[in-house]
Amino acid sequence: MKLLNLQRRMARAVMTPLTHSERMRTVAPDGRSMRAVASQIIKPNDRLTSFERLEIYNRQYWFRVLSAFAEDFPGVRAVLGGRRFDAMAKAYLIDCPSQSFTLRNLGSRLVSWLQKHPSRAGERQNLAVDMARLEWADIEAFDGLREPSLKPEDLAGVNPAKLRLRSQPYISLLALRYPVDDLLLEVRKDSDDLDVASNAFNERHKRKRVGAVAKLNPSAIFLAVHRLDEDVYFRRLDREEFAILSALQAGKPLSAAIESALRGSLIAVADRAAHVEKWFHTWAALGWFCRLEKSPKNEKAASRQ
Amino acid sequence: MPANRFNGHTDYGIGIGLRSPHYHHILTRKPVVDWFEIISENFMIDGGRPLRILDQILEQYKVVQHGVSMYFGSAERPNREHLRRLKTLVQRSKTPWLSDHLCWGSVDGRYTHDLLPMPYTFEAARSTAQKIREVRDFIEIPVAVENVSSYAEFHVSEMTEWEFLNEVAERADCGILLDVNNIYVSSQNHSFDPFTYVNSVPAERVAQIHIAGHSKYRRYILDTHDHPVIDPVWKLYARAIERVGHTATLLEWDDSIPSFDEVHDEALKANRFLASASLAAAV
Ligand SMILES: [Fe+2]
Repeated sequence: MKLLNLQRRMARAVMTPLTHSERMRTVAPDGRSMRAVASQIIKPNDRLTSFERLEIYNRQYWFRVLSAFAEDFPGVRAVLGGRRFDAMAKAYLIDCPSQSFTLRNLGSRLVSWLQKHPSRAGERQNLAVDMARLEWADIEAFDGLREPSLKPEDLAGVNPAKLRLRSQPYISLLALRYPVDDLLLEVRKDSDDLDVASNAFNERHKRKRVGAVAKLNPSAIFLAVHRLDEDVYFRRLDREEFAILSALQAGKPLSAAIESALRGSLIAVADRAAHVEKWFHTWAALGWFCRLEKSPKNEKAASRQ
Repeated sequence: MPANRFNGHTDYGIGIGLRSPHYHHILTRKPVVDWFEIISENFMIDGGRPLRILDQILEQYKVVQHGVSMYFGSAERPNREHLRRLKTLVQRSKTPWLSDHLCWGSVDGRYTHDLLPMPYTFEAARSTAQKIREVRDFIEIPVAVENVSSYAEFHVSEMTEWEFLNEVAERADCGILLDVNNIYVSSQNHSFDPFTYVNSVPAERVAQIHIAGHSKYRRYILDTHDHPVIDPVWKLYARAIERVGHTATLLEWDDSIPSFDEVHDEALKANRFLASASLAAAV
């Protein structure tokens, strides 16, 4: 048997879902006999059959990816509850097996997958999607690239009608329906408490908090997930603040971004300039914008104006 | 061999794996440690705290990179993004050599994140050696391949594991990271004499040695890196040192990680054997 062929067969077996009692299936979902697959490629020994030897790898695979996935999404787990989360995680990992050399990216397709498979989240689909978006943004913010920050002097003499500002790659802007930022912080606080005696209490507390949030009427919440001094923070934004940042992220020039964001705003016209100034001051202090590139690509983009 | 072309002609002593529960201790107490081994993948990222901590470690300690997902034995060609990130990290860490496993774990772009055993065939040896050369040519530092623990053997195998290791190392002209715990685990799972394995390894290619603990189940042994090193593994280590000399040695402890001092003390037990190897070399 050629190397590639053998590896394909073994990987397919290893990634086949386990039974409910976490054993290797005797029949794969596509009808293959797993005993036949195992005995075709793997030698038995005096203690283990081919099937049992293959099963060690099959179980290891699922334990590893499921635990890595659960570690990344404690918030989604709290929203769905343990049993539904586990079922969802298996279904997700069957549809979206890892395509990256690092387990860090295991959950990169969760948000879009959940949107396509709403039933996996039961009645809390919107809440679960909001939480998944937040937890994925958290991963991105934790180790995303930080470019040199924009300095006020960089802007001297720049025409705001042509200026395109780029936000730091580690920042995610999220428009959410539920206050999952507060909820996630509580879930983490409960999980950090390692006292075994308070575990049951924490689980109850978590369930109560999730239940309370799930009962809220959906309302627009705007969030920037960012990093400061290597810690990740969730920062609530005003609607207009979020709109300006989103427009900038989408590549709009500064003037156009501000103009479109403030169109229809409830902020009194007379107060708008002060708001914009305050926001920019905060963003600059947080280092949210990257230095302008002097690359030909940027000049070309600017000259297209 | 102590310093050779496979470990960048370095003479490192006893190191331990750099693990996050120990970061605080290391950065605040600054314990004396010969070197740290890092898992490359944990730092093949664009920014953030892990890289800041690595930079702080690099200011004071020697670091060697150890990978878990290059999958030299996978039939597919190396992933370009992986290589690019690995090289960026090599430039940052200044690792004198780099190791990863003699195994496979991905196929058709899908990753199992496991260290799956190789079929010991000549075809697999050729393809694996070719991939090791490709990686080395790209990252431009010496590469050592590590023998893994395994729980299965293939019908198609044409040679023993140690013959396969030698075949690959010769063809790739690469170094060997000899994991004596993995040899022990596999010897128990596949009923061979671990000393035959240790005695068959080309001593001049050994760049580094791994020691570790494992978990014993009723019918097989799992390589879990969550226990102290057991006596039979120390015996294998002693034999390896006898053959290859005073070689960079690293203790792996990845699960149920005890205090820094406990891990380091366990690693330092290797000194007993290293001292006698130095003595033997001097006589
Ligand atoms: Fe090892």
